[in-house]
Amino acid sequence: MDIMDKPLTKNILPDRAFATLADYESTGGYQGLRQAITQLQPKEVRQWVKDAGLRGRGGAGFNTGLKWGLVPEKKTNDTKHYLVVNADEMEPGTFKDRFLLERDPHQLIEGIIIAAYAIQANTAYIFLRGEYHLAAQRLTHALQEARTKNYLGEHVLNTGFSLEIHLHTSAGRYICGEESALLNALEGKRATPRAKPPFAVVSGLWGWPTVVNNVETLCNVPHILQYGVEWYQSLGRGLDKGTKLFGVSGRVKCPGLWELPMGTPIREIIEEHAGGMQDGYKLRGFLPGGASTDFMLPEQLDVLMDYDTVAKAGSRMGTGTIIVLDDKTCPVQMVLNLEEFFAQESCGWCTPCRDGLPWTVTLLKDIIAGHGRMEDLDTLAGLTRMLGPGNTFCALAPGAMEPLQSALKYFRADFERYIVGHNVVMEPA
Amino acid sequence: MDELIEKSGFEGLSPTEIQEITAEMGHYEDKTAASIEALKIVQKHRRWVSDPCLVAVSELLGISTAQLEGVATFYNLIYRQPVGKTVIHYCNSVTCWMMGAERVREQLCRHLNVKLGEMSADGEYTVLPIVCLGACDHAPVALVGDQLKLDLTDNAVNEILKR
Repeated sequence: MDIMDKPLTKNILPDRAFATLADYESTGGYQGLRQAITQLQPKEVRQWVKDAGLRGRGGAGFNTGLKWGLVPEKKTNDTKHYLVVNADEMEPGTFKDRFLLERDPHQLIEGIIIAAYAIQANTAYIFLRGEYHLAAQRLTHALQEARTKNYLGEHVLNTGFSLEIHLHTSAGRYICGEESALLNALEGKRATPRAKPPFAVVSGLWGWPTVVNNVETLCNVPHILQYGVEWYQSLGRGLDKGTKLFGVSGRVKCPGLWELPMGTPIREIIEEHAGGMQDGYKLRGFLPGGASTDFMLPEQLDVLMDYDTVAKAGSRMGTGTIIVLDDKTCPVQMVLNLEEFFAQESCGWCTPCRDGLPWTVTLLKDIIAGHGRMEDLDTLAGLTRMLGPGNTFCALAPGAMEPLQSALKYFRADFERYIVGHNVVMEPA
Repeated sequence: MDELIEKSGFEGLSPTEIQEITAEMGHYEDKTAASIEALKIVQKHRRWVSDPCLVAVSELLGISTAQLEGVATFYNLIYRQPVGKTVIHYCNSVTCWMMGAERVREQLCRHLNVKLGEMSADGEYTVLPIVCLGACDHAPVALVGDQLKLDLTDNAVNEILKR
């Protein structure tokens, strides 16, 4: 393996529990920070990351350097800026950030320090989901190591820049992954989303300009600073730049996670890396990037995994972790499982989401129990519009509607079979 | 409220709890921000957050009990009812569901003779569902205390309960 092709996972070895500080430094760790903080102005760091074309790996795909550039310049010394790491990985089917957090914590810490320097934040918070106990342990240890080496704390590497990083472990709610809800959670409140605008980059944590970045996004940053913009751009195979952790779960031969170039064809990920379907199972469809993405079909396997190409194919790359639907799992029941998740995790703040998602669940349960009517399918289709973009306070409900609307389109016969009473009963394992 | 505290035999937060919560308060520009960490600290020492505990924490943080209750009841991992020594969170999100989460639930509940959320008779365990634990390539999985148990098979009870 050429480590230059796999910057994110070069320190993650099968026989090594995690990369220590010494392991991390031995492959060039903290050189990106040194370059940024001693050779470049914050503005130049922002420019590098913007030019590299790094897009947010949490799912939205916004240009990271551009986001950093939206933070207003500090007018006085009393002005505070904050950096917040979204390590609240909870999108069903997604297991990439836990891998990075547990196996190479210093990579994230270096990314945080560079990002904080770029936006001139002197305090950063890692918002970690409460269930990630091992990640919390390893991060706590790595933060302490970074402090002793003066990568962190007062006068980082004897420069004028100081930074403290605090680890906040959450108590579990999917909505905390939504940027503004996350900030409320960090302030010790119920995690309900905030009205936008103003956006967090202008008015975030306690009203100060705040950048919220995903774990994987920040893990890319040290390498851009160390090896440069051109190198980073050379990594992508499609429209987007860099590499990405892609994963597959479900009934494939080798479920797992691989660092591959952006724009790797979905077929290659499922058939080569995940080894194809298990014996006795056929591929019926897949969610390309977590629970809140539209189903895609086997005939779309040649689509390239990058933000715009997957969007053109009618779905979203999301988190890049594929969930496979096999031919022995009922798509209607799968959608019910997804909608039960979203209904449970709705924060209850806005009516369409609070009432619409449980309604969706009730309809699906009725259909599966054999009490459905054909009109219910129209009602479900209506809900996908009423809970769609623009009608709710945040993106939770529109995300919840993506697998439902595509299932109604692609697997309509499965819904109808329940309704007309000729369903072949399919139970999960 | 004072009456409630007296009846329960609650003697106030311990010096350790107060010290740990105070340290968390120092990480934020507003001490309200320590609410969630404070509730988790209380749980670490007492397993769950009783009414008198909630009152004591709210007084320490300087916020109303109602506000703290709103926070406590919002989050999945704050328990406002007693739980067993070890909480078993089995993942019931999509991949684990496909790969056998219901079987895991059924086996655990039958073996411990509990419904979801109940404490086993010996006070050792409580079984609860949890959303995706981020280990979908090893589905089905469960979080047992703070230990992640992967690739659960037909023998989930043994795999989870063995020490």
